[in-house]
Amino acid sequence: MKRILALVFFITLIWACSSDNGGEVPPADGGTDEPKEEPQEVSFERAPMLVNWADNIIIPAYTDFDSELENLTAAFENFNIDATTTNLIALREAWLTAYTKWQRISMFEIGPAESADFRFSMNTYPTDTDKINAHISSGSYDLTLSSNRASKGFPALDYLINGLGDSDEAIISKYTAPDKEALLTYTQAVLTDMNALTDQVVSDWQGSYRDTFVANDGASATASVDRFVNDYIFYFEKFLRAGKMGIPLGVFSGSPLPQNVEAFHEGEIANMLFLEGLQATQDFFNGKHYASTATGESLASYLDNLNTVKDGEDLKAVINNQLNKAREMVTSLDAFRTEIETNAPPTDMLLAYDEVQRIVPLLKVDMVSAMSISIDFVDADGD
Amino acid sequence: MTSFKKKYINKSTEAAPLAVFRILFGSMMFLSIARFWSYGWIDKLYIQPKFFFSYYGFEWIKPIGMYTYLLFGVCGAAAILIALGYKYRMAMLIFFLSFTYIELMDKTTYLNHYYFISGLSFLMLFLPANAYFSLDASQNPKRAFQQIPVWTINSLKLLLGIVYFYAGLAKLNSDWLLKAMPLKIWLPAKFDIPLLGNLLSQEWVQYAFSWVGAGYDLAIPFLLLYKKTRTFAFVLVVIFHVLTRVLFPIGMFPYIMIICTLIFFDASLHHKILTLVAKLFQIAKTKFDTGKAYVFQKNTIGQLKYAVVLLFFAFQVLVPFRYLLYPGELFWTEQGYRFSWRVMLTEKSGYAQFKIVDGVSQRWFYVDNSDFLSPFQEKQMAFQSDFILEYAHYLKEYFENDGHQKVAVYVDSQVALNGRLSTTFVDPKVDLAQEKESFKHKNWIIPFKDEIKGF
Repeated sequence: MKRILALVFFITLIWACSSDNGGEVPPADGGTDEPKEEPQEVSFERAPMLVNWADNIIIPAYTDFDSELENLTAAFENFNIDATTTNLIALREAWLTAYTKWQRISMFEIGPAESADFRFSMNTYPTDTDKINAHISSGSYDLTLSSNRASKGFPALDYLINGLGDSDEAIISKYTAPDKEALLTYTQAVLTDMNALTDQVVSDWQGSYRDTFVANDGASATASVDRFVNDYIFYFEKFLRAGKMGIPLGVFSGSPLPQNVEAFHEGEIANMLFLEGLQATQDFFNGKHYASTATGESLASYLDNLNTVKDGEDLKAVINNQLNKAREMVTSLDAFRTEIETNAPPTDMLLAYDEVQRIVPLLKVDMVSAMSISIDFVDADGD
Repeated sequence: MTSFKKKYINKSTEAAPLAVFRILFGSMMFLSIARFWSYGWIDKLYIQPKFFFSYYGFEWIKPIGMYTYLLFGVCGAAAILIALGYKYRMAMLIFFLSFTYIELMDKTTYLNHYYFISGLSFLMLFLPANAYFSLDASQNPKRAFQQIPVWTINSLKLLLGIVYFYAGLAKLNSDWLLKAMPLKIWLPAKFDIPLLGNLLSQEWVQYAFSWVGAGYDLAIPFLLLYKKTRTFAFVLVVIFHVLTRVLFPIGMFPYIMIICTLIFFDASLHHKILTLVAKLFQIAKTKFDTGKAYVFQKNTIGQLKYAVVLLFFAFQVLVPFRYLLYPGELFWTEQGYRFSWRVMLTEKSGYAQFKIVDGVSQRWFYVDNSDFLSPFQEKQMAFQSDFILEYAHYLKEYFENDGHQKVAVYVDSQVALNGRLSTTFVDPKVDLAQEKESFKHKNWIIPFKDEIKGF
């Protein structure tokens, strides 16, 4: 008896110490209470979902963004040579295209993007116009410093191509003035910084990080799915909901902050940028391949597989319906800046914000609870 | 009655089991404290947060800045003294007080097993655990005894029995037994565990785990009590607790429970353990084998001790049923949920967004919880009504100090329980700043939409 006891103890101890190995991915829940037409063993594997995320969504989106950023750089080079209204308009168009594509990748703040501080470096707004002006006049700045986050990226370009004057002529005049070199050099520097960061992130993903990401297909707090879902929800809550709508609306400060609208100097496109970001999060949720109608394994299909757990309440549909409702509400708004500056209080936009807000608990409570993913992983004991 | 009293209370028995219990308890507690410290949790849980959630009536107990480390140090040192049996009663008192203080500093970290340790160390204050194989006994032969009244060991068995049995009772509910919830959510997520991983996603396995788990908790105290099933029961204890350790992040608790159940074994086993310890540390075990029996004083103080121990057990037996005094579903409102051995019973999470309204200017805004709470605190706060209320009061005070006037606090909260879709938890129209904490029912909790039958 003693030997058996010792053996049991020994085996279980070894076992206890050997968790977190990743390993193969077994099928997830299968059974239902109600017999369905096909009582088959349903399975869900995390590895194919990670592959779908990486190969069909993340990497194509990054690659596309990278080429749009090159187009933007080329448009600036034209403008640099010949600062005409036509070239300024072309530069703005390229900026807008790249900024729109950015909304497709901003949520992927994991791995290379996280270590590059990609999101804050590319899109911290409101941009610090005083700092930008100071940099231009002093001519000495190091844009790689995190203290310069608010004087570079898309928002800095917004100021440089939209905010330097009231009219195109006024803006052009800055770029043709005797001291234009400092301004052009700074704009150039902002673009160089953006390109360098993007190249780094894209090449890491195209290189070894993709395999690292996909191989980490376990279920611990450090596994790719758990971490990414956390990052995804964090993006939705802090950057999409709060950053693009809530903060400018003043829902966290008590009074509206129109200057905190994304692309403030342009003034019209914040809605479009928000909607692109919302669509990107929804497409990601549904596993929709980048720039395609095909879909693959996703959070939505994961929820479908777990749906038996939820007593037939279709959480996937609930989330998609709420996302659609939020999009409809935001689509019917005027430009965010106009809504905020002309209405006191901006009732329509507040109502639209409420619909965006309703998505957060669905993701943060219902979805992660169904998947047993811990939110903001807390390293402490449970009981 | 007198024969019962004789057999289970006053009869003298070997002191060795209690001595082994004391040594293992002290050692495990020291390890637990050291582990807690080494993981940086003192800083993370008790130094960094700006705000701490208090237990009702214990609002004066807060972390004490950098001295919190000292508190843990004292607690750890007391645990060593307990293991050594040196100035046992003082060490036990210091341990009980410091450990309980630590647990009361922030209810975010509430765990049933911390409560178990507090209760156990309170009980041990009254037990002559230093009578045998201790420094106290070795230094003062007058106070060395080989025999102790049997109730001192039985009381430990009773406490363990209560913990298991009540944990089993709590599992007799429709979610656990008929829906295999929350194991149906938790087990499939552990697909990457070697050997078992594949099985955990099978529905029958989830039901089996639920039913076997409930049966285990209810039966194990009795299986441990009967000599014929005792060894088998201990094997079950080891398997069960190691399994829970593999599946869930429950720290030291499984090991503590495994070690505690040794108290059910005969003194012969404990003598073997002590012989081993004696050999290891070159202690003359024979000098403790005095044959003397410890007798509790028959005076008022002695009687008082019995009374306190009896009261302690009355408390233990009754308190888990206090939920019956509250209306509504216990798992939803959690009124009467803690201190009741309801272990790993619910998969619950929530989301709470607070709205601050200035009563004079009528201006309003939402609170970013991460400005005030750690992620852990926010997670715990979002689905527990007493946390929500305490936090709402804190927000009122904070924003009134910040220049706002007559602040009203509303919360938009969604809670999901055991796989149900989330629904509204707190009435969003109620100004929480006006509500007071008490033992009374919180009528601003929106009633549970479903029904869970059972204990």
